[in-house]
Amino acid sequence: MSAPTDHGHGHHDDHGHHDEGAHGSRKEYWIGFLLSVVMTAIPFWLVMTQPIGKQAIAMTIMLFAAAQMIVHMIFFLHMNRKAEGGWSIMALIFTVVIVVIALSGSLWVMYHMNENMMPTMDMSQMG
Amino acid sequence: MSQPAAYTIDDFHLAEEPHHPEGSSTMLGFWIYLMSDCLIFAMLFATYGVLGTSYAGGPTPRELFDLPLVAVNTAMLLFSSITYGFAMLAMVDGKKGATQAWLLVTAVFGLAFLGIELYEFNHLIHEGAGPWTSAFLSSFFTLVGTHGLHVTFGIVWLVTLVVQVQKRGLIPANRRRLMCLSLFWHFLDVIWIGVFTFVYLMGMLR
Amino acid sequence: MQTVTSPALSPIFGRFTIESLPLHEPIVVGTFAMVAFGGVVLLAVITKFKLWGYLWTEWFTSVDHKKIGIMYMILGIVMLLRGFSDAIMMRLQQAMAFGGSEGYLNAHHYDQVFTAHGVIMIFFVAMPIVTGLMNYIVPLQIGARDVSFPFLNNFSFWMTAGGAVIIMMSLFVGEFAQTGWLAMPPLSGIAASPGVGVDYYIWALQVAGVGTLLSGVNLIATIVKMRAPGMTMMKMPVFCWTALCTNVLIVAAFPVLTAVLALLSLDRYVDTAFFTNTLGGNPMMYVNLIWIWGHPEVYILILPMFGVFSEVVSTFSGKRLFGYTSMIYATLVITILAYLVWLHHFFTMGSGASVNSFFGITTMIISIPTGAKIFNWLFTMYRGRVRFELPMMWAIAFMITFTLGGMTGVLLAVPPADFVLHNSLFLVAHFHNVIIGGVLFGAFAAINYWWPKAFGFKLDTVWGKRSFWLWVSGFYFAFMPLYVLGLMGVTRRLRTFDDPSFQIWFIIAGFGALLIALGIAAMLIQFAVSIRDREKLRDVTGDPWNGRTLEWATSSPPPDYNFAFTPVVHDNDAWADMKLRGYERPVTGYRDIHMPSNTGAGVILAGLSVGIGVGMIWYVWWLVAVSFFALVAVAIGHSFNYARDFHIPAATVTVTEEKRTAALAGAAL
Repeated sequence: MSAPTDHGHGHHDDHGHHDEGAHGSRKEYWIGFLLSVVMTAIPFWLVMTQPIGKQAIAMTIMLFAAAQMIVHMIFFLHMNRKAEGGWSIMALIFTVVIVVIALSGSLWVMYHMNENMMPTMDMSQMG
Repeated sequence: MSQPAAYTIDDFHLAEEPHHPEGSSTMLGFWIYLMSDCLIFAMLFATYGVLGTSYAGGPTPRELFDLPLVAVNTAMLLFSSITYGFAMLAMVDGKKGATQAWLLVTAVFGLAFLGIELYEFNHLIHEGAGPWTSAFLSSFFTLVGTHGLHVTFGIVWLVTLVVQVQKRGLIPANRRRLMCLSLFWHFLDVIWIGVFTFVYLMGMLR
Repeated sequence: MQTVTSPALSPIFGRFTIESLPLHEPIVVGTFAMVAFGGVVLLAVITKFKLWGYLWTEWFTSVDHKKIGIMYMILGIVMLLRGFSDAIMMRLQQAMAFGGSEGYLNAHHYDQVFTAHGVIMIFFVAMPIVTGLMNYIVPLQIGARDVSFPFLNNFSFWMTAGGAVIIMMSLFVGEFAQTGWLAMPPLSGIAASPGVGVDYYIWALQVAGVGTLLSGVNLIATIVKMRAPGMTMMKMPVFCWTALCTNVLIVAAFPVLTAVLALLSLDRYVDTAFFTNTLGGNPMMYVNLIWIWGHPEVYILILPMFGVFSEVVSTFSGKRLFGYTSMIYATLVITILAYLVWLHHFFTMGSGASVNSFFGITTMIISIPTGAKIFNWLFTMYRGRVRFELPMMWAIAFMITFTLGGMTGVLLAVPPADFVLHNSLFLVAHFHNVIIGGVLFGAFAAINYWWPKAFGFKLDTVWGKRSFWLWVSGFYFAFMPLYVLGLMGVTRRLRTFDDPSFQIWFIIAGFGALLIALGIAAMLIQFAVSIRDREKLRDVTGDPWNGRTLEWATSSPPPDYNFAFTPVVHDNDAWADMKLRGYERPVTGYRDIHMPSNTGAGVILAGLSVGIGVGMIWYVWWLVAVSFFALVAVAIGHSFNYARDFHIPAATVTVTEEKRTAALAGAAL
């Protein structure tokens, strides 16, 4: 990779603060941090002690992961509808759509392929 | 973009140079780059999703993973997130020294994370569970290792920025770079949430 | 680590030995002699006329999007010659190798030829041409002075060129992959392909891929951020819209290629088990992943050409494009659908009825927005004053040819039909039909259309028309027989044939390839003749076609700063609107113009990346290490350079613009 430290090419502008609010406040960082700690600790605790069924745990920790990703997006990455005139959030939504298509599509396609072509290698039994 | 320029209907030109602030595209451009990086990780997750149960008679996640270690590692990354946040707050206040100090604290947490990860990898390889053992371990090492490489890269970049802030101060160009690295660093956190949930925690449930 | 190493691994040369040079292949040696001779002559000429300094300061280190665009186009055309020689070699082999004849290419060589042909044509012909066009045209059409990240643009070009260097090197040093253009494992795995061929493939694409990805990021940021005041998204020229969608596809697809090639390299270098037949690996996962990149890739190639045709058709019909909004939405729909169809490339691999039906239907749906576009162009021409200049001729040839190719595509989208036709010459005919009929015809339309903008004189029409007819008829002669052969059951990539009834079709196809060769020659002559007659073909107005978009508002070739004053846009087809409302060019009040400075860092970084690639291919680990650390050092060093811009003083702008004023006055007399 090149030097991603530089994507600009100037040195003398006085418009450095073109995107105020992209830094967040101390309070925001603390809220984000505490939420993340909780949302990390609960899944670890669930898996380490297994107080409920495995299926339920799996669902719960996936929900926590999704929620924690959103927390990070809001409080650490400062995503909002207005950043960069809405282009940042649009890029993010597009990426999420593509990721969902590619991830779920791959799993779906490969699952069926294994089912049909390698009946002895049933993925669900291998787990 | 479109400025509220004072033109009449017959005026097809800006009399003055337009106000494209230097580097006004940088944050968006870097964000788009991050989105592409996100897709690399998505493909590695997909590969892990498809091959993660192909143990080929080798060890399974339950036999290999050490959850307390992963929890400590996750804590390192979380701490580094908030310390990077403090660095950004110091930057907004124009406090050069505090910015550098918080950046270095972040780097220390990042290095701790990497150290623990390398210890884990080394341990696994010594137990005979290297990336060449099974498709599961190939995809595990690649996914986690790629995240680790990104953290390494982030630390090199961070140290470079500390030096640049030292030399030039918190000039707009450096602020922009710090904001880019901030996106990068927090982005790696988001990826790690996926890693510890889908690889480690789900692996232990199997 | 269980690194796969050949027994004789020299610490200095890795696995390179003198036997690695294909001295036993007379064809390769002959080619090398010719290329070396040509290269020496070229270098001698450059040295004799003392052009090195000029090339270095004005071109190689330039961050001007116009010069970078032209360099991309030159790269694409040079590589077209290489890719086409592979094509004509295959046509000759297949026309000869009947009735026990082995033809003139041995299997080892033939397999490299068809692999190299595919890789070069897609990655080093089509991609550079598409990227070059976008680079040149987009900033002009949106009224910007340059792209968002000019240095990155230069670096991207050199990475693409670096990939081309690696792939050209494989012709004379070692070998190229013999796996087909997507290098599917397990064939491309280390067990079946232990040589350097697949490694050349991987590293050429990885190096070029970085360039492609970064230029995608760059152009998205440019289009989003740098538009002239007043140019809202829905007032943007169609070419810019298609360029935006193309670059979105690049940014969202090339990482997939990077990832999947990285996994393949891990399999080859450190013995992982992703795509192996052993240890739980799954080669089909590679097929799945590479087509998640591969299908968007074909839209990356065709979408900008849809933009080119939109500009050309509306200009030469003298009308605003019919259905601008529907054109934009059709493009956006194609952008999303591009990610929902990848499985149609492997219907026969056994995913079953439900999966195949889903992907078959999504594939057929794509023909709807594409068809809408064709109708938009037709309705634009309807009741327009159509001028049959060369770009318009290419556009019409495209509409006919592409529609035909699209229809065979819909046939292939039907899974049961695909079970019969997959991997046959029918498929080969289909994708050449859309790629030549779409992408290449689009490129030729674009070259004829924008050449006067880039160089200030039109292209010769006599040789242009000769080239056009040779290309178009050559295409039909070369590829219609392949449809027939495909329906007769001939599979692709075969070297020899037994059934004599096929031969006549292969001979016709060979004749077609010959016509295309003449078409290429006519095009090169067209360039040469036009450069010779440039004074006669000169256009001083900057607007030779009565154009409609902003690039025609400035001089030809445009000054470094593109526009002396940033234009303000009020309507679609901004330049047509300006002309309609009696626009007058301002001749006073010039200001200093802020511009990015040139830098050699891009050339150096790309050169070091090639060093890493070559070291990895030949297992020359010291070269990898040295190049890598040098790369990091140069990248960090470059980031310490904060002075990256300068101002063109108003006086210089005044001189440039007054020259144009005088030229325009002279033309008006």
